[in-house]
Amino acid sequence: MKKSVFLGAFAASTVLAGAAFAGTLDDVKARGELICGSNVGLTGFGAPDASGEWKGFDVDLCRAVAAAVLGDATKVKFVPTTGETRFTALASGEVDLLVRNSTATYGRDVDLKLDFVAINYYDGQGFMVKKDLGVSSAKELDGATVCIQTGTTTELNLADFFKFNNISYTPVTVQDDSEAQRQYLAGACDTYTTDASGLAASRATMADSENHIILPEIISKEPLGPAVRHGDNQWGDIVRWTFNALLIAEEKGITKANIEEAAASSTDPEVRRLLGIEGDLGAMAGLDNNAFKNAIAASGNYGEIFEANIGTATPIGLARGLNALWTQGGLQYAAPFR
Amino acid sequence: MTLATSTPPGADRDGFRLSMLIYDTRFRAITIQVVVLVLVLLLVGWLVDNTIQNLNAKGKDINFSFLWVRAGYDIEQQLIPYTNDSTHGRAVIIGLLNTLLVAIVGCFFATIIGVIAGVLRLSNNWLVSRLMTVYVEAFRNIPLLLWIVVIFVVTSETQPAPNEFKVTQAMVDSWQDDDPANDLEPTASKILFGTVAVTNRGSYMATPMLDRPLGSTEIGGVPVNFSVLAALAVVIGSILVNRAMLRRVKAQQEATGERPTTWWKSLLILFGPIALLLLAMGFHLQLPAFASDENGVSKGFNFQGGILVQHSFTALTLALALYTGAFIAEIVRAGILAISRGQTEASFALGIRPGRTMSLIILPQALRVIIPPLISQYLNLTKNTSLGIAVSYLDLRGTLGGITLNQTGRELECMLLMMLTYLIISLIISGLMNIYNNAVKLKER
Repeated sequence: MKKSVFLGAFAASTVLAGAAFAGTLDDVKARGELICGSNVGLTGFGAPDASGEWKGFDVDLCRAVAAAVLGDATKVKFVPTTGETRFTALASGEVDLLVRNSTATYGRDVDLKLDFVAINYYDGQGFMVKKDLGVSSAKELDGATVCIQTGTTTELNLADFFKFNNISYTPVTVQDDSEAQRQYLAGACDTYTTDASGLAASRATMADSENHIILPEIISKEPLGPAVRHGDNQWGDIVRWTFNALLIAEEKGITKANIEEAAASSTDPEVRRLLGIEGDLGAMAGLDNNAFKNAIAASGNYGEIFEANIGTATPIGLARGLNALWTQGGLQYAAPFR
Repeated sequence: MTLATSTPPGADRDGFRLSMLIYDTRFRAITIQVVVLVLVLLLVGWLVDNTIQNLNAKGKDINFSFLWVRAGYDIEQQLIPYTNDSTHGRAVIIGLLNTLLVAIVGCFFATIIGVIAGVLRLSNNWLVSRLMTVYVEAFRNIPLLLWIVVIFVVTSETQPAPNEFKVTQAMVDSWQDDDPANDLEPTASKILFGTVAVTNRGSYMATPMLDRPLGSTEIGGVPVNFSVLAALAVVIGSILVNRAMLRRVKAQQEATGERPTTWWKSLLILFGPIALLLLAMGFHLQLPAFASDENGVSKGFNFQGGILVQHSFTALTLALALYTGAFIAEIVRAGILAISRGQTEASFALGIRPGRTMSLIILPQALRVIIPPLISQYLNLTKNTSLGIAVSYLDLRGTLGGITLNQTGRELECMLLMMLTYLIISLIISGLMNIYNNAVKLKER
């Protein structure tokens, strides 16, 4: 008798533990803090600066989500994750949201039970070599030693690329970007391959960045985006629409600087809905009505976040390219806010 | 006094009472064991139940079919053939073999280093014994991971890059004129008569090649090379013949008191047949070299030909051997000190020199004390190979617990499989060493 009660209690507790994954929004609100899975350190995308404060393109998206959910962009805890640990950290509930230049793929979506709710950076895999190697195309890399981060899609693309072009290589697997840079600079590999944006970010931190070139070939599609767990659609919606709000803000010319003015005087109905003046779109998602206004006010619109962290004026110097708005020939296109 | 704790008077008369389970020493021990067993089973049951519930909540199942799926990634060090078209299961085996390679090579060198350092630490020579103390204390008291990383970084940062071995057009041109003073040479050169090139990526060793190999076949995906098998058979045969010869000589010595000269016979028996076999198969070394065009200008990024021994392997093996060697040195020292001083004195009294006293009298007895703790050092070394992840060595932890786990997302299955594999390896080592221990331990009748 006693034993069955005992087992029953255990079973009940495990069911509760399982169910706890569902209401991420309630968890975040109760905690008063958003836990965001971040890169261990990739300048421009997600890395702590000299004063220990997290800065970057991905980091600003986390801050926007925190501003939308909690009304305060500073209430984020960043948990550094490596290529190997990131999805486990998300699946186990250690982080609420993973914004860590992770590629959306079929396998990760279907088999790993993740949802890539948006694409915040359209990228592709490239190769970086030292100028004095005398290589101008990735197809000339026959027999080269290649530094590659383990547990990534780039690892599989690399194998496919060399096989498809019928050339060979020796892989040197490394854990993270900083170790890859060390090995590459020490000459332990001829070339370092990862997402082109990551290569640009790595090169920006090198002392002799002018001596390194990124080869023209982009060998894969790497749509990078924020990921959440399968099955919590409300939370997924919030992250997706926070990102869309940043895009629409850029489209409508709403910036960090003029957002209060726009909220007070704009007559554009979509802007009024976005900023919570009209309708109850924020409340529909279980947030405050001015949630998306807070999100935009946190670090500015998508274009501002891009230019401030990785744009042409920064040491990383990436052009908008595919990541321009659809109105300017890019792929960034948000569904209408209504 | 004994009466008070044994059967209470009248127990037989009254039969069994429930309180006897606690107060009767005949039952108490069993009661405790049953209670503990139930608790342990409950705990295990809860863990399993919790895991299944949580997997269900996430919509995941336990499924090992990923082992038969194409892996899609490459591994730099492979003892049996593997490409990115092979399955995850084969990648796991590659990783396992890499783990075993480091474990075996590491244990071998750790034992040699440990025995030498342990004996030398007891040396009467002040300098030698102090040096060994420094070695033992330095390696025992600094975390192994740091040693691995230090050795790896030093080897990969100090050695020349492969392109410093290359011959450029300017060098070829400078050799055309007759003035040797103008000759340019590559900044780095190979060592050991051109058979080894140490670069910052690893050491390229000369590869043994055969002009007339005996062929090979494949059994269950594992290549079997008849040339290697033939060479092994010849070597083992030579050793057996040599042993038989030595036995006969010994019998002759005991019978007549005269020992015939044997050294040249031994040399002939041991090395003659294998030399003949290699000659017949056309044995030669393929030296590591760059591919070059018709003028002799080097092309490519890396040495062609030659076996690449990665620095990650060297660093891991060396660090493991030195680190574990320090512990083995202490075990050996303790074993030697456990042998009575009288043994040494008796040996000296018989006029046996110190070196032979150590190898013939002290060490064989000390082995009985040394073997049991040595087993646990071997186990430690084997398990510590998983630290290879720090230097990107793709062992079992790197393939099964690293890339395969990550690419398939099967954390639980990979971890369980990996734990089971390490457990089996450890049990095998432990079993083998116990057999050896039984062979050398003091026979009591």
